[in-house]
Amino acid sequence: MTVVITPLALFGRWALALLAAIGRIALFAGQTVAHIVKPPFYRREFTSALLHIGYLSLPVVGMTTFFTGGALALQIFAGGARFSAEAVVPQIVAIGMVRELGPVLVGLMIAARVTSSIAAELATMRVTEQIDALVTLSTHPMKYLTVPRVLAATLVMPLLVGVGDVIGIMGGFLVGTERLGFNGATYLQNTVEFLQLNDVVTSLIKGAVFGFIAATMGCYYGLNSGLGAQGVGRATKASVVAASVLILAANFILTGVFFSI
Amino acid sequence: MITLTDIHKSFGSKQVLRGVDLHIPRGESMVIIGGSGTGKSVTLKCVLGLVTPDQGRIEVDGQNAARAERDTFLARFGMLFQGGALFDSMPVWQNVAFRLLRGSLKRPRAEAREIAVEKLRRVGLSPDVADLFPAELSGGMQKRVGLARAIAAEPEIIFFDEPTTGLDPIMAGVINELIREIVVEMGVTAMTITHDMSSVRAIADKVAMLHDGVIKWSGPVADMDASGDPYLDQFIHGRAEGPIASVR
Ligand SMILES: Nc1ncnc2c1ncn2[C@@H]1O[C@H](COP(=O)(O)OP(=O)(O)OP(=O)(O)O)[C@@H](O)[C@H]1O
Ligand SMILES: [Mg+2]
Repeated sequence: MTVVITPLALFGRWALALLAAIGRIALFAGQTVAHIVKPPFYRREFTSALLHIGYLSLPVVGMTTFFTGGALALQIFAGGARFSAEAVVPQIVAIGMVRELGPVLVGLMIAARVTSSIAAELATMRVTEQIDALVTLSTHPMKYLTVPRVLAATLVMPLLVGVGDVIGIMGGFLVGTERLGFNGATYLQNTVEFLQLNDVVTSLIKGAVFGFIAATMGCYYGLNSGLGAQGVGRATKASVVAASVLILAANFILTGVFFSI
Repeated sequence: MITLTDIHKSFGSKQVLRGVDLHIPRGESMVIIGGSGTGKSVTLKCVLGLVTPDQGRIEVDGQNAARAERDTFLARFGMLFQGGALFDSMPVWQNVAFRLLRGSLKRPRAEAREIAVEKLRRVGLSPDVADLFPAELSGGMQKRVGLARAIAAEPEIIFFDEPTTGLDPIMAGVINELIREIVVEMGVTAMTITHDMSSVRAIADKVAMLHDGVIKWSGPVADMDASGDPYLDQFIHGRAEGPIASVR
């Protein structure tokens, strides 16, 4: 009997813990949104978050999407050649980058770069009593730390995704024209004519959602970190894992919502 | 002005406070002494609401601290944390002037900076320190920056958690004098935690000794030496033998 019961009990406990965590995270996200609309708003912190999350992420976003766009073009060319459909490279690169790979890759890179740094920073602040100090200085940690970061990430991520989409397509374009013998003008024309406004808009919406997830997870795990250096390490790891998984899950759901009809 | 009644607090199975009763009248300087790990810092954090007591009541000016409007309540306090708790993302002067740069006490940056430099001078730090980052300072300097931050907005009530630990004897003397001055001249109500008995004598109007989760002894600083309390005697003379176990 116990052979059956023990794993079941373990699974049950795990499931309960997971549900509790989801509940706490949802509550935290709700509170964050509520605090966005209530003053005071810390403009200086917001501007600095825009710089760190947005501008300074550009190189990594550009590199990731550029190489992926190039690789995608090579693969589609090789795969398409099996049923003599090499000519679809521009169209598939465009749709693949804009609809899926652009938002997802940029989202994951932001989870790696931004979520981790937010979580480590806030967790260190928690451990060294800086969060307590903020409170005694009549400053709400959610308003001062969470709101600027989450708002900045949500607003700037569509831009990053847009840039990522363009650079990804450019990667495909370079490979297509330099290696695969496509005519430059035709390649571009095929891309532009094939893409619909709908594709671009959903890409940017995904970006905003992923940005919100990435920053919120960093703040949640940072502010709720355990004590000591180990607490900081755990919080950072948990935040990146949670952000990545949630981004992929959200991507699946959003893709279903946008393109199933 | 501040009254703690029957405060209990446990962390997990560890009972830290088991019924603390303490009263600090307005304009007085109360010093809390007690062994390491007895819950002195936790007591201060309970008053500020950073730690929620499991049981008991805290009143400030007759108002229940748990129900007070947080912003106006906290605006009356200044706090020096044991570890300094400086914001390492901003330079020293912005740490000191934190309250003066935002919120209800906000004023022009140049003015806030001037006040910060003046407060730094009062804790014995030169103006060059103002533009350094906390990580570039020594431990004792960080402590003093924390002290300057606690007094910067001129609050009515100030808590000092070990203000002189890590300072050289001369600097410790300067800080003791500063705290005394703040209490006498500005009428501040102060609560100080310290292990340094010369500091106790320099700062305190009243002394309270925390042991085993309760206030074992409290009274005016002048009565401290003739208290006849074996716990207090052992503590102020730093004896290894006595009722307080040396392994805790
Ligand atoms: N956040 C916390 N989680 C768990 N235990 C805690 C926490 N804060 C304090 N404690 C425990 O409460 C006890 C009292 O801690 P506190 O910091 O108040 O000691 P203290 O009297 O200030 O000692 P010291 O003089 O060494 O600073 C300690 O045993 C500590 O382990
Ligand atoms: Mg302490």
